Amino acid sequence: MLALLTAHFAAALLAPLLVRRWGRTAFLMLAAVPGAAAVWALLHAPGVVAGHPVTTRIPWAPEFSLTLAFRMDALGLVMTLIAAGIGTLVLVYCARYFSDDEPGLGRFAGVLTAFAGAMLGLVLADDLIQLFVYWELTTVFSYLLIGHRAELRESRRAAMTALVVTTLGGLAMLVGVIMLGEAAGSYLVSDILADPPRGTVVTVALALVLVGALSKSALLPFSLWLPAAMQAPTPVSGYLHAAAMVKAGVYLVARLTPAFGDLPVWQVTALAFGAVTMVLAGWRALREYDLKLLLAYGTVSQLGFLTVLLGAGTRDAALAGLAMLCAHALFKAPLFLVVGIIDHSTGTRDLRELSGLRRAMPVTFWTAVVALASMAGLPPTAGFVAKEAAFEALTHTGPAGPVVLAAVVLGSVCTVGYSLRFLWGAFAGKPDVAPTPVHAPGPLFVAPAVVLAALSLAGGPLAGAVDPVVAGYADTVRWTGGAEAQHLALWHGVGLPLALSALCVAGGLVLFGLRERVAWLGHRLELVDADRVYRRTLAAVDSFALQVTGFTQRGSLPIYLGTTLVTVVVLSGIPIIQGRLWTMEAPPVRLWDSPVQLVPAIITVVAALGVLRVRRRLFAVVLVGLTGYGTATLFALQGAPDLALTQFLVETVSLVVFVLVLRRLPPRFSTPALRGRRLGNLLIGAATGLLVAAMAYFALAGRRAESISTGFPDAAREAGGTNIISVILVDLRAWDTMGEISVLAVAAAGVASLMFLRRRTQPVRGRPGERAVPLAAAPVADGTAGSAGAPWQPTVLTTAPRQLRVEPRWNPLWLPGAQALARERRSIVFEVIARALFPVVMLLSVYLLFVGHTDVGGGFAGGIVAGLGLMVRYLAGGRYELYAAVRAQPGALIGMGLVIATGTALAGAVFGTEILAGGAFDLHIPLVGDLHLTSALVFDFGVYLLVIGLVLDILRSLGARVDEQLEKESPTERQAEEVTP
Amino acid sequence: MSTPSFILVVTVAVLYSGGFYLLLQRSLMRVVFGILMLGHAANMSLLLTDEAITLPPLLGGASGEMSDPLPHAMALTAIVITFGVTTFLLALAYRVWLGDENDEVPDDVEDRRIRRLTEPEDSS
Repeated sequence: MLALLTAHFAAALLAPLLVRRWGRTAFLMLAAVPGAAAVWALLHAPGVVAGHPVTTRIPWAPEFSLTLAFRMDALGLVMTLIAAGIGTLVLVYCARYFSDDEPGLGRFAGVLTAFAGAMLGLVLADDLIQLFVYWELTTVFSYLLIGHRAELRESRRAAMTALVVTTLGGLAMLVGVIMLGEAAGSYLVSDILADPPRGTVVTVALALVLVGALSKSALLPFSLWLPAAMQAPTPVSGYLHAAAMVKAGVYLVARLTPAFGDLPVWQVTALAFGAVTMVLAGWRALREYDLKLLLAYGTVSQLGFLTVLLGAGTRDAALAGLAMLCAHALFKAPLFLVVGIIDHSTGTRDLRELSGLRRAMPVTFWTAVVALASMAGLPPTAGFVAKEAAFEALTHTGPAGPVVLAAVVLGSVCTVGYSLRFLWGAFAGKPDVAPTPVHAPGPLFVAPAVVLAALSLAGGPLAGAVDPVVAGYADTVRWTGGAEAQHLALWHGVGLPLALSALCVAGGLVLFGLRERVAWLGHRLELVDADRVYRRTLAAVDSFALQVTGFTQRGSLPIYLGTTLVTVVVLSGIPIIQGRLWTMEAPPVRLWDSPVQLVPAIITVVAALGVLRVRRRLFAVVLVGLTGYGTATLFALQGAPDLALTQFLVETVSLVVFVLVLRRLPPRFSTPALRGRRLGNLLIGAATGLLVAAMAYFALAGRRAESISTGFPDAAREAGGTNIISVILVDLRAWDTMGEISVLAVAAAGVASLMFLRRRTQPVRGRPGERAVPLAAAPVADGTAGSAGAPWQPTVLTTAPRQLRVEPRWNPLWLPGAQALARERRSIVFEVIARALFPVVMLLSVYLLFVGHTDVGGGFAGGIVAGLGLMVRYLAGGRYELYAAVRAQPGALIGMGLVIATGTALAGAVFGTEILAGGAFDLHIPLVGDLHLTSALVFDFGVYLLVIGLVLDILRSLGARVDEQLEKESPTERQAEEVTP
Repeated sequence: MSTPSFILVVTVAVLYSGGFYLLLQRSLMRVVFGILMLGHAANMSLLLTDEAITLPPLLGGASGEMSDPLPHAMALTAIVITFGVTTFLLALAYRVWLGDENDEVPDDVEDRRIRRLTEPEDSS
């Protein structure tokens, strides 16, 4: 079975190539694939009828209970024969229906073959999930086939309608399938049939599955897509929308009826929707002028009929249903093919324009007559046998039987009526219409329809031979409705069924006789236009989605953040109120640990409140810095000298960097928000802040467990360090520090890439030992002096030397790079101090690095101190001084730091017993004292280098780069000032 | 049952409130300030999990009860990361200013377009 399916999809892939090579004749080759499937099914038929289904089961993902399971029982056999057999004939028909130069023919051939494969998989699948996959595949292929003429707007719309409606049902069905599979504990159809689950979940699941089935089989209220789908080429209509795909829904009902046919939800849904659909669609078909639309409404009507029979839940109804399903495939497919032939030969399918075809196309005429007789239920056709069996079965189908029977008879009357309308409309010679000119169809074009019609005719007399196959399925339905099992036969004797058949024919004749009035009445009584309802619904859904998106996605960051914060407050507030937090014993209030705390606390609070009010950026930066220093002081008082040191250093660097950037931004913040908005924000902020602070307050009181850090002092001693925090950072939790410095590296890269779109600035390289420093200020001044009357004159003299060569080996200047600064920006005192301070600062930073393990300090603090030294040099001497101070690229420093830190970690893993663990030794240095060196120091050195690189990168990006941009702008600004006084 | 000193809790509350308020502003620079203040507040509340002022977590110093080193280590890492994030945000704010000549957070253009679609069209 798997090989057959694979063959279909392989053929589908090859189809475009075949079509390109042989044109439409390629369809004959493609027809061999479903043909092989049909032959295969026929070969297995005796065994299947004898009660030995063909099964294949390949475990795919057993832990998710997914199996590639195939099973062909009697129902599967019938469906396979229909899908593959009619598929073969339709492909043969395609070889003559299309012309070689039909656009997109290769794609069409591929999709049609793939559809045949998906249909085969659908009817053979024994796994519900797998069935669903094929189910959706047929939907997608149907979409592609309906939209074959993609250049036509109607074609695209019809395809979309079919896709939307059937996918909607398919989604509902998927949910139902999963509920069903979970309730049954297995997704295998055979398991579910063997041991059907029961319960509310199953009822809901079945309702959802039925939504899928009804939408697929175009029952009311989903029926609108099928008439619209008649935009497809006629072979597609005949195959997908009459014989195969629309039967998928009916097939699913038939498949599950043996398990659930006794449940009210199943019976009532199937009977009610089926009966109503049958009558209304039949009535609608009576006034169609397009032959194809007439057949389409007829199909919807018949699908309703099939649903009634197969969902009724009794053995006899199932027997009649499957027989009717076969009969329908055998008469509806040839009728579509006949319409295609007529369309092809005359150029129209409007029954008001066709006349006299009976004589012009005798073979086609007789084919149609036979098929129509079967549709109308006239003896001795297959349709007659099936309809008799149906009337018989419905006479004993529970309390709803009589009503349903009446509806079915009414629907059958319509069926006879539109059958006659079709015959008359397509073939009769109409007195007031000139005979339609006909271009005679070839034998291969007509052959598929003839074969199918012949089978319709043979189905009647051969009913006895077909009976065991159909009964093979029907016997799996256990409920009989109290009647003896009936059998298919051409002659049942005189009884109620025969009388009803006669009534149908008589009623149909009357309807046909009154056809003008019937059509008029139909138009008058039309209550709802399904297409309009569909369009309105879609528009409403669209508009609703737009409203929801527009309402929730305001696009404003403050609103999003505000919503998040309000949610936090509300969600935390609910348990506080429900748990009556205020009734609990409140922890004692302790005003302060020591009164000294009061000073930094007040400074922090006042500064924080000030930040909210001030409108000048620089002032705000200073206040934010104050909150940081205040916090640092509180840290120091709290017994956290390491924290305090780091916070002080970081705060200082941040402050300088902020000021560097603020040089370019306007001095004030932009206009404040509206007063109401500001008040709202203030409320949100205060509420969230209070909530979090309250949590912090109660957290300590609620603490039950001992701190996990009780073992840390011993661990530190073992690691040979006395500063526990440092030991934690570079030893115990060194991996966390690795992550932390990686964040720093990424931040540095981010800052640099934001400031330099291409690459970092580099000082101009000279001979080794020489630094090239451009003379920025002087030539600019010269240039602008002469430009008063001529604005176009270049402001920089191109011939003047623009670079100053500096020998760094011996230099009488304090800060050589400061030469490049404009005179008014230089401060000799600052330069001297910077120069004198620099070695001291660097020494301090190295000291901090070395004592980190034993005392307050560490690689991070040391790195920041070194960075501060560089910062002072930059502030005093400008950016060329910065370049002269550190010649290494910041990226190189950062990378080296990362490599050293990672290398230490890995070396510990290679040489030591543990990652990031290594040896230690003590070194006695005169004057300094004992120095305790461990391998962690190397790690810390990596951190040190990285931090220097980071600060350098920040200085180059937010300092030097901004300088450059300012200089680039200033000459033009100056010029503008001169021109516009 | 023990509690942190009230004055520290008040400081934390003010820092958090101010930080969240600044976060809700349009000006990117103020948002960055907000994040800075939230960082201070978070570090401080980490330290509030310790009971009271005690000796710094250094071995071999004066004998007595040491403060819990764990929150210190966590806060230290947090300070460093806040520093990295702030500089990045600062560079971001600066770039926004370079592009737009102001450092305000604009509304998302696509969202604004959708919102305009939902509003009834003007009759004028």
